[in-house]
Amino acid sequence: MSSEERFSGPGGVGEQSVQDDTAQETPAAPVAPELDMEALAEAGVDQELAEKVAPDRDIAVAVGDNIVEVQNLTIKFGGLVALDNISFNIKRGEILGLIGPNGAGKTTCFNAMTGVYKPTSGKVVLEGVVLNGIKQHKITRLGLSRTFQNIRLFGEMTALENVVVGLDARHRTSVGGALLRLPTHTREEKSAIERGMALLDFVGISSHAHVLSRQLPYGFQRRLEIARALATDPKVLCLDEPAAGFNPAEKEELMALIRTIRDEGYTVLLIEHDMKLVMGVTDRIVVLEFGKKIADGLPREIREDPRVVAAYLGEPEDDVA
Amino acid sequence: MSMTDGPTPLRTAAAEQAAEDREASPKAPGRSALRQQGKRKSGYFSDRWHALSRQQQWAFLVIVVVLAYLLPLLNPPIITTEPGNNFALACFDMARFALIAVGLNIVVGYAGLLDLGYVAFFAVGSYVAAMLTSPDSPYLHIPYLWTLPVAMAVTMFFGVMLGVPTLRLRGDYLAIVTLGFGEIIRILATIIPAMKGQVGFQNVGHPPGDGADGTPIFSNSNGVPWYWLTLTIIIIVTLLVGNLERSRVGRAWIAIREDEDAAEIMGVPTFKYKVWAFAIGAAVGGLSGALFAGQVGFVNNQKFDVTTSILFLAAVVLGGAGNKVGAILGGALVSYIPLRFTAIAEYKYLIFGIALVLIMIFRSQGLLPARQRLLAYGRTAMNKITSRDATETKDTDKPPAGPGAHAAGQRGAEA
Repeated sequence: MSSEERFSGPGGVGEQSVQDDTAQETPAAPVAPELDMEALAEAGVDQELAEKVAPDRDIAVAVGDNIVEVQNLTIKFGGLVALDNISFNIKRGEILGLIGPNGAGKTTCFNAMTGVYKPTSGKVVLEGVVLNGIKQHKITRLGLSRTFQNIRLFGEMTALENVVVGLDARHRTSVGGALLRLPTHTREEKSAIERGMALLDFVGISSHAHVLSRQLPYGFQRRLEIARALATDPKVLCLDEPAAGFNPAEKEELMALIRTIRDEGYTVLLIEHDMKLVMGVTDRIVVLEFGKKIADGLPREIREDPRVVAAYLGEPEDDVA
Repeated sequence: MSMTDGPTPLRTAAAEQAAEDREASPKAPGRSALRQQGKRKSGYFSDRWHALSRQQQWAFLVIVVVLAYLLPLLNPPIITTEPGNNFALACFDMARFALIAVGLNIVVGYAGLLDLGYVAFFAVGSYVAAMLTSPDSPYLHIPYLWTLPVAMAVTMFFGVMLGVPTLRLRGDYLAIVTLGFGEIIRILATIIPAMKGQVGFQNVGHPPGDGADGTPIFSNSNGVPWYWLTLTIIIIVTLLVGNLERSRVGRAWIAIREDEDAAEIMGVPTFKYKVWAFAIGAAVGGLSGALFAGQVGFVNNQKFDVTTSILFLAAVVLGGAGNKVGAILGGALVSYIPLRFTAIAEYKYLIFGIALVLIMIFRSQGLLPARQRLLAYGRTAMNKITSRDATETKDTDKPPAGPGAHAAGQRGAEA
């Protein structure tokens, strides 16, 4: 938020990939508590729209402290150890990549963080709150939101309604209030449409707001998942293979979108297979293999790490013998 | 907050092309195209209805409601159930079924919870009205009209009682448990001495008021006032249910029906809203039960068997699960057909069975399929999108020539 170059214009997006890791690695200086509105306006920020999308957001966040701490997380399914003593941190304001070969435990790790699975041991801490044993919808309200590897939208709802379900996570209308259309309900419904449309605009699919989500084109469904997750106003957004099934052009656009999301002040955890995408967009990478963490570092370091190379490409036969 | 920057890089021609290819339909941003795309499944009548303006809708509704009120007085030939059955009483029976269907529709149609024991709530409502007004009952007696809210409260309580332990189950398991619950209530009515089994309660109360000749207005043999009362209640309940539908409650229910796990992860307290669906559905069922007890004037354990439950469910599915208007229609039909065609009344389960099979084959969404409207101000939103699309097409006369061209056009328009 603080510096001009974080509002990367549309032109710079395509070329920005592996080469400018160095620029990405120093994510941001700590944000000044007072925002320079003029500078923002110059950078093309629509204050009004931004206000609509997230009126309650606390924009002035310190970058760099640990927002999520995964501590000695172990998950066993019967005799199978899906995650073995995993520890890593997610720093505020960064894009952390979580990569690994198929079956490495990436999605399991996601599920453990968002409360779908109960950790066998270890814990997940979000801003000092231990998430173990907290119900899934409460974890979402605490600020950890996710998308799904296999798209799981509400098929019979329109795109806008899908997003409004996400927005409802922050709404306070009671059943009685909705029944009698009390003022809280009216106010929230009106703001939900504004914010929902702004979010759809943000991910670039607002022209399809009235289309049933199961009839949306595939790429739009993926975007809608991101919009719906953003609607819950998360502190940390977890994206589970958001580029699966995308062609290279769409992948580049998605990278731009993910960066923009980070620039909005969200912290992003990204699971991805595509190494180019991961290397291009993440600030830091954690590598899993067979449920164990084998590396944790900057994209440049990860690319040269012999264990990571071995995990992805296999070890030379000499070594095996 | 670079909101304007967000969409621009994402709208390159390549992506739109790719999206269009998959979609296999031209991206015409006009209103009709969006409607076509979005509501393919929701049916002809639903589309026609939502194409009308607000005033036209209200005018149409007023006519329908007036006709509905006049129905027993008009006693139209061909439609009438006489001489076999008194038409006014038949109208009441249809209204009773319609009200039940509206209630069950909340549970089955919105929240997607298969409840095979819904008759239990109907029974509880009937017994509450009977035991609080009948002279056969040794308990506290209250005026009949007061039993309606009391019946709703009591059945709501039963709904929560059933819901809290069972709503952790899903699909088939929930269906089995609710089936069992329906039987439990019926058997309790048989074996608990205070509920008088087959002997039942005579002279259940009715609303106050006497006619000119000294007989009560709400007598057992006069269906018209009962029908009007029930119809009024249906209208109120339908409006309130509509409020719920177009709120976070309705959205939560539909989200649960569509994908319960995803709903939970998106911050919907699924268990709480499932219990609410059960409780509200139960309350409406109880209300209908209390009305039924008052009209018939006699309650015993013979009217609350499982087949009745299935009939209620058939009403919802027949009309179009998830659509309250469809539920009203379905409920009325399920009651009307055996009353009108008395010769075939004996075979009603056979007929409804066949009808359901046919409907599932040819109209799997029910007679009146309709997508739920889940936004209180959806119409406003729709208009906003339409007008925006119109200006966008005006601004960019030509389709974007290359990446960024579309964005540049937009920028120009904004500046």
